[in-house]
Amino acid sequence: MSLAKIFRKLGLVFAVFLIVSPALLFFIWMVSLSVKFEIDNGAYPPILIPEHFAWKNYTSVFESNNFLLYFKNSIIVTGAATLFGLIVGVPAGYGIARMNAQKSAIIIMIARMTPGLSFLIPLFLIFKGLDMLGTLWPQIIIHLVVTVPIVIWIMIGYFETTPIELEEAAMIDGANRWQIFMKVAMPIAKPGIVVSFILSVIFSWNNFVFGVVLASRETRTLPVAIYNMLSFEQVSWGPLAAAALIVTLPVLILTVAAQRQIVAGLTAGAVKGG
Amino acid sequence: MNTAVPSSSDGKKDAGPRQPKKGSLRPSHWPFIIPALVVVGGVIVFPWIFTLWMSVNGWQIGVEQHFVGLTNYQRLLTDARFIDSMGRTLSYTALSVIAPLFLGTLAALIFNTKLPGRGILRGIFVMPMMATPVAIALVWTMMFHPQLGILNYLLSLVGIGPQEWVFHPATVIPSLVLVETWQWTPLVMLIVLGGLASLPAEPYESASLDGASGWQKFRFITFPMIIPFLLIATMIRTIDALKSFDIIYAITQGGPGTASETINLYLYSVAFTYYDVGYGSAIAVVFFILIIALSLLLIYLRQRTSWLLGDA
Repeated sequence: MSLAKIFRKLGLVFAVFLIVSPALLFFIWMVSLSVKFEIDNGAYPPILIPEHFAWKNYTSVFESNNFLLYFKNSIIVTGAATLFGLIVGVPAGYGIARMNAQKSAIIIMIARMTPGLSFLIPLFLIFKGLDMLGTLWPQIIIHLVVTVPIVIWIMIGYFETTPIELEEAAMIDGANRWQIFMKVAMPIAKPGIVVSFILSVIFSWNNFVFGVVLASRETRTLPVAIYNMLSFEQVSWGPLAAAALIVTLPVLILTVAAQRQIVAGLTAGAVKGG
Repeated sequence: MNTAVPSSSDGKKDAGPRQPKKGSLRPSHWPFIIPALVVVGGVIVFPWIFTLWMSVNGWQIGVEQHFVGLTNYQRLLTDARFIDSMGRTLSYTALSVIAPLFLGTLAALIFNTKLPGRGILRGIFVMPMMATPVAIALVWTMMFHPQLGILNYLLSLVGIGPQEWVFHPATVIPSLVLVETWQWTPLVMLIVLGGLASLPAEPYESASLDGASGWQKFRFITFPMIIPFLLIATMIRTIDALKSFDIIYAITQGGPGTASETINLYLYSVAFTYYDVGYGSAIAVVFFILIIALSLLLIYLRQRTSWLLGDA
């Protein structure tokens, strides 16, 4: 009996290893590619851990390609779009939950179904008409298509479950709606704000299609920048893998560090931007 | 799931305890919503309407636009490249729904057991869907390389000859589906895991007393009860696979030739390579209708099954 139990346990461990390994091995290989010289990256059979590490792959990423500028662009676009998304979306989630107007969230659902390009074509024409394309504004504005729905969707759910009795007590004490929202409702809904912040940041940071159309040379975000490294510059795998890792590392760290919040948020609305 | 956030297909059912009606207080909450209404109106609703308007115009960037009625839509009917892209999109979508659904359910059953280090393992498992798609695509492109790629080396270990992967028209779609599956199986896993967590314990206890096997328990207890969750996962996966862009564009740009050109990729070319935004908008409208139609079909299926299961 206990032997059977041990076998079951071993089987389970093996099964877990099997399902986690595609993700694990991929990222290990990504790291391996990024720290190898060209000669090792072209070796057959492939080498996992090289004798000599090519740390210069990482330094060369930052030295060339305006990489720091693109990093800054990404931070500005994602930061501004997320911040604005929260400023607009958190009160909206509160209002919709309190007015029992959940049906209005259908717009968010339809937006979730709409292909990103059908937002992009009209807004591209507008931005072009207004001569805004050399600046970061078009990207900040269009990233609201990603961040605002995520925030509203998640916040409706959180405010639905926060107890209304506290708010009623505050009202009896003479607080107005704005004070109730700021002092009573928002502090309770903090976990929801954290979840929507994290998911907004990730999906805005990862967005590629908006940037590929709207960005000029000076206003590229990181995903667009690494895509251009692939297509226009001499393809050497080490620096390319290093750049790819640098771009996605902030998101991966956030994913592992905040996986509980992310799981809660994703299963809640299965939100995904763009 | 500790949060009672509305799930994407039905806010009502999964929502927490209803608040008492606050009819008299309703109007006073409008100020909270107005800023969001302005933003949603500007960046979401306006583009919808504008796209519709452009789709009935001959509209190319740099050329005067003019009303052409349904000409753009008629052109779609005879556009072989569009029709081919439609077929490709549907087969790409079918594969990209089925594979993650199967693997994700399997993974959820495994993750639903008591494991040491479950949290960190789940964190790793979820990484592919959170990582930046373009960064992922770059590494996959290297792995697909026919001479230097690790995938052909791994195949050679099990005695399979080298493949062309994304560099051959016949294998490009399955190869891209492989990436899509790798990326999105975790989302299916999370949704099904949420379903498994909500299952009651009693049926399993009585089934054990009756001597049911593990498979029988899955087939007759677990599976019927997680069908609603599988349908949610199917719907989300269908929408996302139809819209898939980053991975395909970054790895193949629709190539070789047009062998992996889905509707979304073709739409991109028409609008931003040929700058034919009128025609592109017509494609966008038809594409949008396709997505909505498939989603409604799945919602209908979901309602039917919940009716069959007697909980509607």
